[in-house]
Amino acid sequence: MFRNQYDTDVTTWSPTGRLFQVEYAMEAVKQGSAAIGLRSRSHVVLACVNKAQSELSSHQRKIFKVDDHIGVAIAGLTADGRVLSRYMRSESINHSFTYESPLSVGRLVVRLADKAQVCTQRSWKRPYGVGLLVGGLDESGAHLYYNCPSGNYFEYQAFAIGSRSQAAKTYLERRYESFQESSREDLIKDAIMAIRETLQGETLKSSLCTVSVLGLEEPFHFLDQESIQKVIDTFEKVPEEEEDAGEGEAEPEAAPVAAGTGEQGGSGDQDVAPMEM
Amino acid sequence: MTFTIQIENGTEVRNAEADSQRTLYPYVTGTSVVAIKYKDGILMASDMGGSYGSTLRYKNVERMKAIGKHSLLGASGEISDFQEILRYLDELTLNDNMWDDGNSLGPKEVHNYLTRVMYNRRNKFNPLWNTLVLGGVKNGEKYLGMVSMIGVSFEDNHVATGFGNHLARPILRDEWREDLSFEEGVKLLEKCMRVLLYRDRSAINKLQIAKMTEEGVTVSEPYSLKTFWEFKAFTNPTVGAEGSWLYDN
Repeated sequence: MFRNQYDTDVTTWSPTGRLFQVEYAMEAVKQGSAAIGLRSRSHVVLACVNKAQSELSSHQRKIFKVDDHIGVAIAGLTADGRVLSRYMRSESINHSFTYESPLSVGRLVVRLADKAQVCTQRSWKRPYGVGLLVGGLDESGAHLYYNCPSGNYFEYQAFAIGSRSQAAKTYLERRYESFQESSREDLIKDAIMAIRETLQGETLKSSLCTVSVLGLEEPFHFLDQESIQKVIDTFEKVPEEEEDAGEGEAEPEAAPVAAGTGEQGGSGDQDVAPMEM
Repeated sequence: MTFTIQIENGTEVRNAEADSQRTLYPYVTGTSVVAIKYKDGILMASDMGGSYGSTLRYKNVERMKAIGKHSLLGASGEISDFQEILRYLDELTLNDNMWDDGNSLGPKEVHNYLTRVMYNRRNKFNPLWNTLVLGGVKNGEKYLGMVSMIGVSFEDNHVATGFGNHLARPILRDEWREDLSFEEGVKLLEKCMRVLLYRDRSAINKLQIAKMTEEGVTVSEPYSLKTFWEFKAFTNPTVGAEGSWLYDN
């Protein structure tokens, strides 16, 4: 979209009934690295691509535990995402304290959405520049919601946000009907394969992605590198033959150090050691 | 000195000017409430009396009320504070219903909410002068708990307030079982209420029994217990007592 005279203020409507500042905020979400969420009847998986500023730095954390039964993956301005995660943690823990019962996901996302809406209707504020995939479990089952900067929220069986998320969405659209009855393992596998779609050519390694799971009897937690690598090994061919070479390896952002020919994923060879997990 | 008391969801703020608005003593009070878990849910009994000091002034006070779909609240102590609590719970259940999202407050949530309210009021030296009994069934799980005016709270298979703790609980400790049928439960509660009727001066012979199961709450119509006053010990209470000249030989 192009600059126009109605896009300076979030409180200015365009003649066609659009709030450009809000739409620009949603653009910020599209620039962030990909985050993916899927759910089955009993589990929710959140996964994201680990993007680092440079080879020297560690990657940014994009998935946060809100409570034992709720997790959130963000894309966009991670600083805004951190603030909103803190808000969610606060709401969740306050509810647990007063009612000794976990906050239901639906109510949390509505509060989040209302908070985002406020920023679209105050001239001294700006919309949050982050999209949130909120996954959680409550007495009405497993849920996955997407909260966007506009203050809208939607429930999904599976969704992807961030850069190159369209590739992941295409993959998910082909397979989503099986997710409801999927096993935990299949759900994780599908998440990692969806991540692979967003990498478009880069070899999939466990250091490039972060995966988290929550479900019945299983509080929110991250999967360790080994488990992720095991899943990758089940479908990724032997690294030497670059099957999905297609687009070419050159990546504009921080590419893994080694030359194109695949390296053994997993043991030892992590070029950028992630700070957490 | 001003106190600002924030009530639950922040829509109300009250200013208490020093002592004039703090609860110092109760005025119209209800006596014991007794409740037990039984096979299908919860049974709770209380009489319908409201005492004004030593006068049994009000004889049609309902001291047990249904809360939402899943809970039942019984109270002893200051009646006006009980009505205030009902108002808070009304707001709570109203907001809960407005979400209209398939989730609803169960007895555990209500119990904990009340515990927070009672404890916070106690901390401000302005207690709600009640002992509350909260029972309910949700998703097949039975729940029975109690909160006192100082915020002490716990769950148990059978609870009682006031005099009930001293007169009814011992009976329940001996005779309560996990799988009481409805009739057995009612008989057990009536036994407790009868003892309370004989021995608690603020009890009246007009009681209600409430039943709480997965299907919902029903509060019975008021009725009275049969009493027998011709026990020898009642007709001649001092026989054999310490220091008396009367002996039963």
